[in-house]
Amino acid sequence: MTKLTGVGVSPGRVIGPVLQMPASAREPHADERWGSDTSAEAETTRLKTASKAVQAELKRRADAATKDASAVLEATAMMAADPMLLKSAAKLIAAGTSAERAVWEAGSAVAEMLLSLGGYMAERTQDVHDVRARLVAELRGLPAPGVPTSEQPFILAAEDLAPADTATLDSSQVLALITSSGGPQSHTAILARALGLPAVVAATGADTIEAGTSVYVDGAAGTIITDPGDDERAAADRWVEQAAALGTFNGTGATADGHLVPLLANVGSGKDARAAAAAGAEGVGLLRTEFCFLDRETEPSGEEQASAYREVFDAFPGRKVVVRTLDAGADKPLPFLTDASEPNPALGVRGYRTGSVSPGVLTRQLQAIARAAADTKAEVWVMAPMISTAAEAKSFGEMCLAEGLDQPGVMVEVPSAALTSEAILQHVGFASLGTNDLTQYTMAADRQLGQLATLNDSWQPAVLQLIKLTVAGAESAAAGTADAKPVGVCGEAAADPALAVVLVGLGVQTLSMSARSLPTVAAVLASVTRTEAQELAALALAAPTADLGRTAVRERLPILETLGQ
Amino acid sequence: MSERKATVASRVGLHARPAAIFAEAAGELPLEVTIAMEGEPAEDAMDASSILSLMGLGASHGDVVVLRADGDGAEEALEGLAQILETDHDA
Repeated sequence: MTKLTGVGVSPGRVIGPVLQMPASAREPHADERWGSDTSAEAETTRLKTASKAVQAELKRRADAATKDASAVLEATAMMAADPMLLKSAAKLIAAGTSAERAVWEAGSAVAEMLLSLGGYMAERTQDVHDVRARLVAELRGLPAPGVPTSEQPFILAAEDLAPADTATLDSSQVLALITSSGGPQSHTAILARALGLPAVVAATGADTIEAGTSVYVDGAAGTIITDPGDDERAAADRWVEQAAALGTFNGTGATADGHLVPLLANVGSGKDARAAAAAGAEGVGLLRTEFCFLDRETEPSGEEQASAYREVFDAFPGRKVVVRTLDAGADKPLPFLTDASEPNPALGVRGYRTGSVSPGVLTRQLQAIARAAADTKAEVWVMAPMISTAAEAKSFGEMCLAEGLDQPGVMVEVPSAALTSEAILQHVGFASLGTNDLTQYTMAADRQLGQLATLNDSWQPAVLQLIKLTVAGAESAAAGTADAKPVGVCGEAAADPALAVVLVGLGVQTLSMSARSLPTVAAVLASVTRTEAQELAALALAAPTADLGRTAVRERLPILETLGQ
Repeated sequence: MSERKATVASRVGLHARPAAIFAEAAGELPLEVTIAMEGEPAEDAMDASSILSLMGLGASHGDVVVLRADGDGAEEALEGLAQILETDHDA
């Protein structure tokens, strides 16, 4: 029995066997050649054998998949044994190149050709890259890349998960997520909360646990125990009862004394939005439009965009839906907007800033939003990510009004925006705190780095100070006008039930989170009065460290223990 | 050498799914079948059993392609393949 300690990012306690996420196949060296102990014929045969094996595996997965997924997998299975691909690889092998390098180069050539065709074919380059990686892994005798599959539900271990991995993750097969890297705001954490899976990140050694090992995961405490005993089994059983007792969200977020705090959902698609509506969300506090278009090589057409947005709006008639314009860059690259070669993408041309290098994309997106908004009953608000100055806010507000979108706002995630919120809110109607990025920028700590998880904590008093300043600035901007200038939070901080109480105490008016977190946040919020929330906020603000603040607040929220949070 | 022209019926062109159905059918034949866009030289024609070549052809809805094959039963084989192209598999 060994114990690994990391950061708990999504509560829940389970026991299950571990499967490791294989590392993606690295590019074979450009000079890799087959050795003197073999021949071109033998090397070509080796490639053909690998190609048949990959094709068989993809066919097997196609048979097991749903109808839509199955069609795609069948096509990729054919690509794995494609005569043209194998023929061009064989030519390279005849010239001395190793099978691995040959198939890599042949695949690249095909991918480039498809990319040059644009549109639908360009999207298929992803499939060619996937097939190529599988062939290289097979040739090297390594496990196939991507989320592993198993007959039996398992705990997925990885160094970290990328947004692209999340698409292939079957939440009915995965019991929990554990990673050696990543912080509380990493994609692994966000995904885990969205799927309601227990998760521990930044647990050194999690990515080297042997496959098949039985482990206990406590996503609240942040612990992983290999070969668990009776205590752990009992704790896992108790979680099942606690989760059942929590029940569902009744659709009205409020403190114990009836102060209303609308609880909204963060969504990335129409499907998410319908699930959020079914979970009782009072609207959408963050529509991540870039999630409709990840992996796209080209800008989606206005009609395609409008139909994606309309699907979300239709899930919330008469309710507020806050649309965030494309937040590309850093950890969410979009090939048609961002430059992957920037030395420091988190501080680079991302979010609203991409407008300066790709003018037109934002205007076309606003037009698509306006078109979708025109024929739905949702109350559509629009906000720009990565706003740093009042001048940017002014220009974004004007762009929105020009397209007939009369509720423009901004994300506050750059410290300068928090410090100048009064000036910013002279030009726009609302602010939404993106606590993930606000924390990363305030603490100068990369949110993807596990070693910096302690710094990358929204409980840091400095982050809470900036939230308080943002609210104060908004109040000053609203004074003397008829406008309310509300401030909400749409970062992961809103999903931490103890921190949600602190945020309400700091004057935040709405909280937006993964739909899965709604019942817990609602239950904890309903256990305190507004005055108590303000006292807890003062406690957290005055704490010398993030940890001490969290502990002090949690001690005064006994309901957390009852709910197993 | 037998030839048969066919008009692509799939609304989104010869993309992954129609291409997969077609390439699979072509691959099952005992003949080598090539495919080219109408008007392109026969020597630039591509292997019809290669899904990647088919996708690379970039044939859109309504485009005319030329199928070619040699040998016994070529006529019937091309007729069968042409019918696959002339069916809208997305419908």
